[in-house]
Amino acid sequence: MKPGHGEVLIAEGDVERAEDEQRLIEEFRRQLDAGLWAAVPLSDGEGRRESIMVRSFEEIPWDADRVIFFPRAAGGR
Amino acid sequence: MLLALAATALVALALLSDLIVPRVEHLWARFRAGRRRAPTWAYDPGRERRAEQRARALLRSCINEEEWSMYRDLGFLRVWGTLADGPDDVGGTGGAPYAYLIYPHRPIVAYLAQTHRLLNEYCVTFPDETRPYGSSLLPDSDDVLAKWMALTGDERRLISTANMHLPGRQLDPAHVRRDLWRLSQWERARMRQLAGGDGPDRPADRQSAA
Repeated sequence: MKPGHGEVLIAEGDVERAEDEQRLIEEFRRQLDAGLWAAVPLSDGEGRRESIMVRSFEEIPWDADRVIFFPRAAGGR
Repeated sequence: MLLALAATALVALALLSDLIVPRVEHLWARFRAGRRRAPTWAYDPGRERRAEQRARALLRSCINEEEWSMYRDLGFLRVWGTLADGPDDVGGTGGAPYAYLIYPHRPIVAYLAQTHRLLNEYCVTFPDETRPYGSSLLPDSDDVLAKWMALTGDERRLISTANMHLPGRQLDPAHVRRDLWRLSQWERARMRQLAGGDGPDRPADRQSAA
């Protein structure tokens, strides 16, 4: 998510391909280093949806189809 | 004679160079700036609308059908609280179920599900840290999705990050209670619709409970 723009595709690839995985890892780190938060939306199969916050690439569920980066939360007025 | 005049002129130039050189540099910089094309930024009136459309599509793909209908029809989302005794700064809910109302670009409101007693307002923003001055806001639906992801993913972290205020600081409590009433009416209508077999799918038990 990019303020003023909405959703922007940053990178995509297949984690089972080594070169794709490396590229995704680098992009993941770049986004977190830029101060963004990362979340993976999940479904429990019974209609409930939730998300998990991930802080490292290894925490991303293997079957996740996307990671959403969004600006870090801050206290508002 | 000529040599003397030239030497005098050189000395004078050397003495005046402290005054002349900065002026020459300044005039040269102004000349170059005048030749440089200023970057133009054409305002696109449809940009924000397209961003919001993309944000709505993204939000819809992340939440379930019931939540999407709620947001589409009512303009806010409800997220159930998962902490055993409520948010830390509430002073304990005694195990009573509680939830949050998420509005776009407005504080998150915590309330007790059964009594509709308002607990707190949590003011949270998602600023663009790459542009600390004059940064754009997230589109409305992205703001809702960011709050939804942060709440469902790590409720305690988001609540501890937010600035907590008593109910009524920004949102009129009467307005929030009216929204809770609208939500209960909306859920009844939806349950009737689902019982009649018109609904697309059955919502999860807890989400349809209050």
